Amino acid sequence: MKTLAKHREIWLLAAIVLLIAIIALRFPVFARPGNLLNVFNDYSILIILALGQMVVILTRSIDLSMASNLAFTGMAVAMTNAAFPEIPVVFLILMAMAIGTALGAFNGVLVWKLGIPPIVVTLGTLTIFRGATFVLSGGAWVNADQMSQGFIALPRIVFLGLPVLSWSAITAIALFYLLMTRTAFGRSIYAVGINPTASVYAGIDVGRTKFLAFCLSGLVAGLCGYLWISRYVIASVEVANGYELSIIAACVIGGVSIAGGIGTVAGAALGALFLGIIGSALPVINISPFWQLAISGSAIILAVVLNARGERRQGRIILRRAEA
Amino acid sequence: MIHTSVESPKPLPAGGEITPLLTLSGISKNFPGVRALSGVSLSLYPGQVTALIGENGAGKSTLVKILTGIYQPDEGEIRIGGQPVKLPTAHAAFEQGITAIHQETVLFDHLTVAENIFLGHAPRTRFGMIDWRTMRANAKEVLETLGAGHIDADAPLSDLGIANKHLVAIARAMSIDARIVIMDEPTAALSAKEIEELFLLIEFLKSQKKAILFISHKFDEIFRIADRYTVFRDGQMVGEGRLAGTTQNALVRMMVGRAVDHIFPERQPKIGGPLLAVSGLSHPTEFDDISFELRQGEILGFYGLVGAGRSEVMQAIAGMTRTSRGTIMLRGQEIAPRSAADAISAGIVYVPEERGRQGVVIGMPIFQNVSLPSLKRTSKSGVLRLAEEFRLARTYTERLDLRASSLSQDVGTLSGGNQQKVVIAKWLATKPKVIILDEPTKGIDIGSKAAVHGFMAELVAEGLSVIMVSSELPEILGMSDRVVVMREGRIAAIRKNDGLDAEMLVRLAAGIAQ
Repeated sequence: MKTLAKHREIWLLAAIVLLIAIIALRFPVFARPGNLLNVFNDYSILIILALGQMVVILTRSIDLSMASNLAFTGMAVAMTNAAFPEIPVVFLILMAMAIGTALGAFNGVLVWKLGIPPIVVTLGTLTIFRGATFVLSGGAWVNADQMSQGFIALPRIVFLGLPVLSWSAITAIALFYLLMTRTAFGRSIYAVGINPTASVYAGIDVGRTKFLAFCLSGLVAGLCGYLWISRYVIASVEVANGYELSIIAACVIGGVSIAGGIGTVAGAALGALFLGIIGSALPVINISPFWQLAISGSAIILAVVLNARGERRQGRIILRRAEA
Repeated sequence: MIHTSVESPKPLPAGGEITPLLTLSGISKNFPGVRALSGVSLSLYPGQVTALIGENGAGKSTLVKILTGIYQPDEGEIRIGGQPVKLPTAHAAFEQGITAIHQETVLFDHLTVAENIFLGHAPRTRFGMIDWRTMRANAKEVLETLGAGHIDADAPLSDLGIANKHLVAIARAMSIDARIVIMDEPTAALSAKEIEELFLLIEFLKSQKKAILFISHKFDEIFRIADRYTVFRDGQMVGEGRLAGTTQNALVRMMVGRAVDHIFPERQPKIGGPLLAVSGLSHPTEFDDISFELRQGEILGFYGLVGAGRSEVMQAIAGMTRTSRGTIMLRGQEIAPRSAADAISAGIVYVPEERGRQGVVIGMPIFQNVSLPSLKRTSKSGVLRLAEEFRLARTYTERLDLRASSLSQDVGTLSGGNQQKVVIAKWLATKPKVIILDEPTKGIDIGSKAAVHGFMAELVAEGLSVIMVSSELPEILGMSDRVVVMREGRIAAIRKNDGLDAEMLVRLAAGIAQ
């Protein structure tokens, strides 16, 4: 499985390079490092969100509420910033992560303690969190001129040639990599996803592990709430509406199995980047937005077909061994 | 072995011996490494109940699956009404008029009673649509002939209790005009009153000239309802005849009397003081007042019929289920494990029955499988120490002589026997004091069985204590120092294993008076 997964990520990387090369044939500017770094920066938030979603999907769950969580948390910090501009941005970021984690924990508790299927829980909280955003703001927007200078500037500060937003994504990739490969928690996530029954017997609390995964996806969504609002300098009820589908798409394209247990940090990040390249390149080569959607959709289906074939092949190998 | 009807005091249809409706002859079925049935025969007669008797693993379920078209026999012939037939699918068996009523009825909870009765053969209207009106009326009629007019044909099946579900299953059998009815432990989940009602129904089916195969572990029921018996042992038919000419003890002897086919390791048990003491352990529905003691270096066998509550007790000791009463003491200290993790850190591990589903994590490398229950020890404040993990995995897999090219290899690429070694290594790596093995040799070949038994002997020689849950008498008698017999959630007896009698164990497990 390990080698197969590695192959999958290499193939995805190759597909991204090929895509860039094809686009560069018509628009050489696109392939310039400066432009590619811009694409990376534009899709940093998607990368971070996809990492959180990946952890949840690995435990055989799904978090449909991430985008709504992001909108609610973003609105909450934007309103706080507008009302109390003297509060340092660092506190607002901590606040965003705390609110996001709390919302994630709410999902997690329903999944853990009441045993409600995650898709149902988060389909519910998807609308609840979005509705709560409306209640919180009364439908009003928080505009750029209401936000403090520091609030808006932070993600744009350039450090070692890259904006802080890009550094956030890079840091998230590194931290998630360490979390998934070097900690007992990461190991439990995979074990729970691959074989929950065996995990129970091995002394792993499956429900608690899922709960923690939801807390983590909530934390990530909360952080991205701040990043999104400060980057696009507007907070409204409509922020990131429908974005949960892009997050899940990034995971699926990145080889994260919806059935749980299979998926890597590199895969999820590359999946998000793949969507980023398509999303940035198609407007450049004058393809209508409708085609963009169709192309993104085809990429998802193609990825699922390839992954399903990969997983099936693995199944056959086991079967033959068992018979021998 | 074949008895004739001569000595039978039971009333028979006029004309004495009748011709069988269904005969099986020379039926064999092999699974990889296991010969489940070898050359068995069975006859079912119209208007008679034949009891199929045998220990767990004697091949009864395999036979039922062959009769219902789920398995195909490797050899042998099935005749119905004298004509050879093939039953390649469940549907083919259904068309031949064979129907089975299982312990937990296999019907559809979300459909109505009428839909369940007529699923697959519902009356149609002219336009090919289901004729609901006729279907309901027919359902009502069938239920009434069974004296089950109280069941609402429009009620969802999930509203019914087990006994009424059996009635629906029997109504279904009547509606397809089944000629052969298989009842696989139909009384297992019924109350005494419901059992009486079921027996009345069976009498009704007999009067309708149905041939009935009745599978049960309960001898009182068999003698009450059956006309004939067939005994299976280790996949072979070892006796058949009329019940009227036989006794319970004769049947038990046929069930267990076997040649020794397997050598168990010689042991010089060095049994120390008490290690684990369980007293009065109870569960609201699964077991009651379980008390026993496990000593240092001892193998304690747990024998009983499937469903006697042995695994449930073990799961409670291993922290997987909650108990309502009772205490578990380990080395004089009371422990109350609330999770598997608690039990593991106290030194009690439970190795579950199903290796594939409950044991290995396929897709993970060997070393990660071994360290999975020991993550607390191989990590420091949550951060894994890979070197420590590899050391742990290497220590225990080497001890078990695991054949693998690398510890980073996916455990799914190993053979079944080697996967079993990984599972055992994983539990030994937690350094347990008590290891509970649930059916440790179920479904594995003779060679691997001997290896597992040898390994158990080594473990206790090193001072570990083993609880072995097993439904196989030779294993219980060959390995245990003492044997606990469980029946219907209670301990029926605890016996020292010197010159212990297999037949007596079966009688204790089945609740036959001494």
